[in-house]
Amino acid sequence: MPQTANFSSGPAIEIDGLRRTYRTTTGTLRRRRLEVEAVRGISLEVGRGELFGLLGPNGAGKTTTIRVLCTLLLPTSGVVRVLGHDVVQDAREVRRRIGYVFGGDRGLYDRLSALDNLRYFAELYALEPSHLRSRIDEVLEMVGLKGRERERVEGFSRGMRQRLHLARGLLHDPPVLFFDEPTIGVDPVGAREVRQLIGDLAKAGKTVLLTTHYMFEADSLCDRIAVISRGRIVAEGTPKDLKSAASDRTVVEVEAYGVDEAILARMRALEGVESVAMEVRDQAQLLLVQARQADQLTARLLQLLEGIRVERIAAREPTLEDAYVALVTQE
Amino acid sequence: MLFTGWFYQLKMQAQSGFMVMTALIQPLIFASIAMADQQAGNRTLPLLYYALGAGIMGIWSTVVFGCGGVISWQRHQGMLEPLVMAPAPFVLVLMGITLGTATVGLYSMAATLLWGWLVFGAHLHLASPGLFAAAALITVVSLGLLGLVMGSSFVLYRNSNAISNMLEYPVWLITGLLVPLSLLPGWTHPLAYVLAPTWGVQALRAAALGGQASIPIVWCLVASTGYLLLGVWLVHVVEVRARRHATLNFQ
Repeated sequence: MPQTANFSSGPAIEIDGLRRTYRTTTGTLRRRRLEVEAVRGISLEVGRGELFGLLGPNGAGKTTTIRVLCTLLLPTSGVVRVLGHDVVQDAREVRRRIGYVFGGDRGLYDRLSALDNLRYFAELYALEPSHLRSRIDEVLEMVGLKGRERERVEGFSRGMRQRLHLARGLLHDPPVLFFDEPTIGVDPVGAREVRQLIGDLAKAGKTVLLTTHYMFEADSLCDRIAVISRGRIVAEGTPKDLKSAASDRTVVEVEAYGVDEAILARMRALEGVESVAMEVRDQAQLLLVQARQADQLTARLLQLLEGIRVERIAAREPTLEDAYVALVTQE
Repeated sequence: MLFTGWFYQLKMQAQSGFMVMTALIQPLIFASIAMADQQAGNRTLPLLYYALGAGIMGIWSTVVFGCGGVISWQRHQGMLEPLVMAPAPFVLVLMGITLGTATVGLYSMAATLLWGWLVFGAHLHLASPGLFAAAALITVVSLGLLGLVMGSSFVLYRNSNAISNMLEYPVWLITGLLVPLSLLPGWTHPLAYVLAPTWGVQALRAAALGGQASIPIVWCLVASTGYLLLGVWLVHVVEVRARRHATLNFQ
């Protein structure tokens, strides 16, 4: 990790030994101070023009890391730089160069129109008045809000709000963009458009750091991925690298009805089985069994499921999601 | 940038039913009580004196609730983070908000004057209209800057509305908005002298009823400068603390 700032040719994002601790209190009469270590020594680099994914379960430290990068939180320790500018010492220079798009309904002035929201932020980002209107038109066009810009935000659907978030993040044409779960709550068509836009931005040379819970999103978009679990990076590499880490495994998907905890426990005890996850979909149960020794696995599972209605059972190659589940559950 | 912030804040506040009611209804009630009392008691002070006091009460209420409430509202709406992470100095962002909020208070000034004229027959003849306009402008700016001091202090506290509620009535009382300052105990005077409503109402009354308006205007400007300096320092401290203690978002 370089010790001196390199504004023009170094990595876009440099994180070295980042730690972030939250202090809180608990109890009513006897108040106790608690310290929660959200990020415990993360180090990573993201190259210029790279689309980098940060994956991890809720509370793993993804949003904390992004907030430190966006200068919204001070690190407890460690060095964090964006385009060579330190997020603590040089926050304003960092702010000029980044855009932050987060998911959810909040973060917009509901009583103002989309156009007024953008005009206000254009002013805060010191956009040239002569280019202001054309740039606003450009980003409205990019996110598909052209023609709706004079409507008040309070009447916007969640998808439209998300598009407006995107427009605001892109307004000042920043070279580095942070997307924190940008497709959360967006309908499938809208989410596909958001992914398309993120991909286009990366192709246009923007550096993008993306957090998401949707593995197919990370798999299809990201050049590289880091998996965070409990405040630490547990794996880093291309989607292919991560998938290959789970390549020695076989995944068997079982759709069944009436599987109880006792059967699940017996499945977990089978030789070679690494994990068994169950998801309930309507009346059906979808079991995902990951195993290292796949010999006769399907037959052994069917034996355990004797007397249970099995709709479907199939073995397949591990996906990025399987690799992710394996990584975060082994921690 | 300050103007844009002021403009959009004014636009949003002017559409807020709560702020408009705070600026309109409450001062009218207090103005009515004071003017009815003046007429019943055959007091020597003119009705305009009370109408102006009630008008400033309205501006103060708007500032107190608006500045405390706006910060809390920004956080509720998830706006504090986007505002803080914009490269514009956060102090200017907040100043636009508080000045816009104080400007909404001018509703109450207009409303109480109109109410006094229509219902109580108050004479709206202004001794010095130019000075009155200047005093009104400086008062609004001064109260907006005082709002900056309050607002920036409130950023760190999630229950800022409770602090706002505590500050409304005492300031009405000690700054001589309805009762002349000379009738209040001496220990309240130092507090009154550091608060902009004291000088604002004196300047407006002097410009409207005849008197030396320039001295309270100068004190209003002095107070504004103090608020500005204190506000700039406080906003810096508060921003650093908020980034350290993670109090910018509402979770």
